[in-house]
Amino acid sequence: MAEIKFSDETLALVHRIVKRYPEGKQKSALLPVLHLAQAEFDGWLDVPVMDYVASLLNIKPIEVYEVASFYSMYNLSPVGKCLIEVCQTGPCWLRGSDDIVGHLEKRLGIKNGETTSDGMFTLKTVECLGSCGTAPMLQCGAEYYEDLTPEKIDSLLEKLKTSGERSTYMKSRV
Amino acid sequence: MGKQILLEHINVPGIHTFDVYRKTGGYASVEKALKTMTPDQVTEEVKESGLRGRGGAGFPAGLKWSFLDRKSDKPRYLVCNADESEPGTFKDRYLMEKIPHLLIEGMITSSYALGARTAYIYIRGEYMYIVRILEKAIEEARAAGFLGNNILGTDYSLELYVHPGAGAYICGEETALLESLEGKRGNPRLKPPFPAIAGLYACPTVVNNVETIASVVSIINISADKYNDVGIGKSTGTKLISASGHINKPGVYEIELGLPVEEFIYSDEYCGGIWKGRTLKAVVAGGSSVPILPASLILKTAKGEPRLMTYESLADGGFVSGTMLGSGGFIVMDETACIVRNLWTYTRFYHHESCGQCSPCREGTGWMEKVLHRIEHGHGHAEDIDLLVDIAKKIEGNTICPLGDAAAWPVASAIRHFRDEFEYHVKYPEKVKNPRHFEIEPMQSSYTLAGTVNA
Ligand SMILES: Cc1cc2nc3c(=O)[nH]c(=O)nc-3n(C[C@H](O)[C@H](O)[C@H](O)COP(=O)(O)O)c2cc1C
Ligand code: SF4
Ligand code: FES
Repeated sequence: MAEIKFSDETLALVHRIVKRYPEGKQKSALLPVLHLAQAEFDGWLDVPVMDYVASLLNIKPIEVYEVASFYSMYNLSPVGKCLIEVCQTGPCWLRGSDDIVGHLEKRLGIKNGETTSDGMFTLKTVECLGSCGTAPMLQCGAEYYEDLTPEKIDSLLEKLKTSGERSTYMKSRV
Repeated sequence: MGKQILLEHINVPGIHTFDVYRKTGGYASVEKALKTMTPDQVTEEVKESGLRGRGGAGFPAGLKWSFLDRKSDKPRYLVCNADESEPGTFKDRYLMEKIPHLLIEGMITSSYALGARTAYIYIRGEYMYIVRILEKAIEEARAAGFLGNNILGTDYSLELYVHPGAGAYICGEETALLESLEGKRGNPRLKPPFPAIAGLYACPTVVNNVETIASVVSIINISADKYNDVGIGKSTGTKLISASGHINKPGVYEIELGLPVEEFIYSDEYCGGIWKGRTLKAVVAGGSSVPILPASLILKTAKGEPRLMTYESLADGGFVSGTMLGSGGFIVMDETACIVRNLWTYTRFYHHESCGQCSPCREGTGWMEKVLHRIEHGHGHAEDIDLLVDIAKKIEGNTICPLGDAAAWPVASAIRHFRDEFEYHVKYPEKVKNPRHFEIEPMQSSYTLAGTVNA
């Protein structure tokens, strides 16, 4: 395995983030830094990656593990290049999120929670993403895709596949 | 068009930029406060305005500010709650995305009042693209001298940062939010001490919702008196309502508090009526946590008075026949919606989001979800309905934070007003196995029609 180390650019950003908090409170930077780590190291947080973040912030590895396992945006196992998160809470369900999940399952040939065999897509249902007025919707990386229809999903999948890029929440990052 | 205070300039092209925002009168509250008012005067003005917290609980903002420990020699913090994860709520997102400088301006004016030299905006991680928008706005404000050292040449200095969460509804609870901001799991703290005494890093801290802080801008600009003129009684000002579900025009609307619910649902200015020409069955008026009401009770109180969009009117009748304004997440259901399935999604949500510290919440939410799942999927028993009522009762009031109550209320109220739908599910298991059951064969709930209350 290659050495785990942020790029110089990301490291500089980590230092800027740490400075937002008072002296000695560098642990506050943990959530933002874990986002950066997930974006830079293949979309998930492997144990060596979490250990690296712990060493950067000068905290114990357990302090990172317990946080990483609490928040739903951190992946503790590998995911496909594009993590497709479909909202399924009440307001989205009222406007047809079940059909959206069904359509995605059919198109991708996988069930909710699974990854396509080419490693391109992971399908996951999530809870309210604050987009209930434009339901049904899904999130992929930092982008929200709203007022979904089967046609819109088909063209989105096509677009994501052609680009072949890994989606990340940090796409439009600092 | 009703009174627009927060969204007055929302349609001005380029309003998200500093220059355009400034041209519409932006940052005037900072100039007025810093140059002509003492911090205490600003606090007093907010108190006078009657502004109530817009995050859900409706606690008077000025009063909360007055509790801040100003004698402590520790630094004081203002933290903006932009976690916005209550199902049905998306107004803060709209405000921050479209008019980010309104929040930045509110943060500066409010921080000045509180004597905070550092302030944070804690925003849910899923809104990462808005982090970018806010950071850009902060840079612009700094370049124009509204942030940083010696703002506008005064001796007041402020640093403002955006802090992303990472997916956890519970981090909207203010003490969980502070834990999260300290880089920990979002476990709510026992209160007291309240954040006003020991909040972020055990320092005096005020936590306010995005909309609350944005509202401070106009209170300072137009004065508390004038702000008081908007709205009715103790519900002063305007409120952003996130409208979703089975309506013709979902979206975010700024309403003057006091607007009749009926007008909000049916007027073309707002929701534009029920979609597909269908009829109204039920509304969850203030985000998923508040009690659901059948059509008859959301339009009129039990006494037969028109229900208004105010804290008081929505709560009229208590939990027997009323609800709460909450976060203003207005979720509308038409005649084909299944109350049981809708409720199951909420309960699944609360189970997923429980931090797990208290047994009644951790176990109770999971148990309710399981029972609701089996009723909805045609495997329920007659006793299950009372079992749900019993579990909800045992969670309520027995937990560290209000998430437990928030999980219990929807269950209790759905059964209170729509018990016959639960009974139908138990009685006709074959019919409800199709997830679209009420779309295929609508069921007229007797409680909806008669408006009777099965308390
Ligand atoms: C489980 C739970 C979730 C909450 N989520 C939010 C939220 O997303 N945004 C918010 O402003 N307040 C939320 N609150 C309320 C906060 O605890 C707090 O009352 C609020 O931020 C205070 O701001 P306000 O007085 O300006 O409304 C939540 C409370 C609980 C119990
Ligand atoms: S009520 Fe639920 S969410 Fe709140 S502290 Fe207890 S277990 Fe956690
Ligand atoms: S319920 Fe799906 S975004 Fe809110």
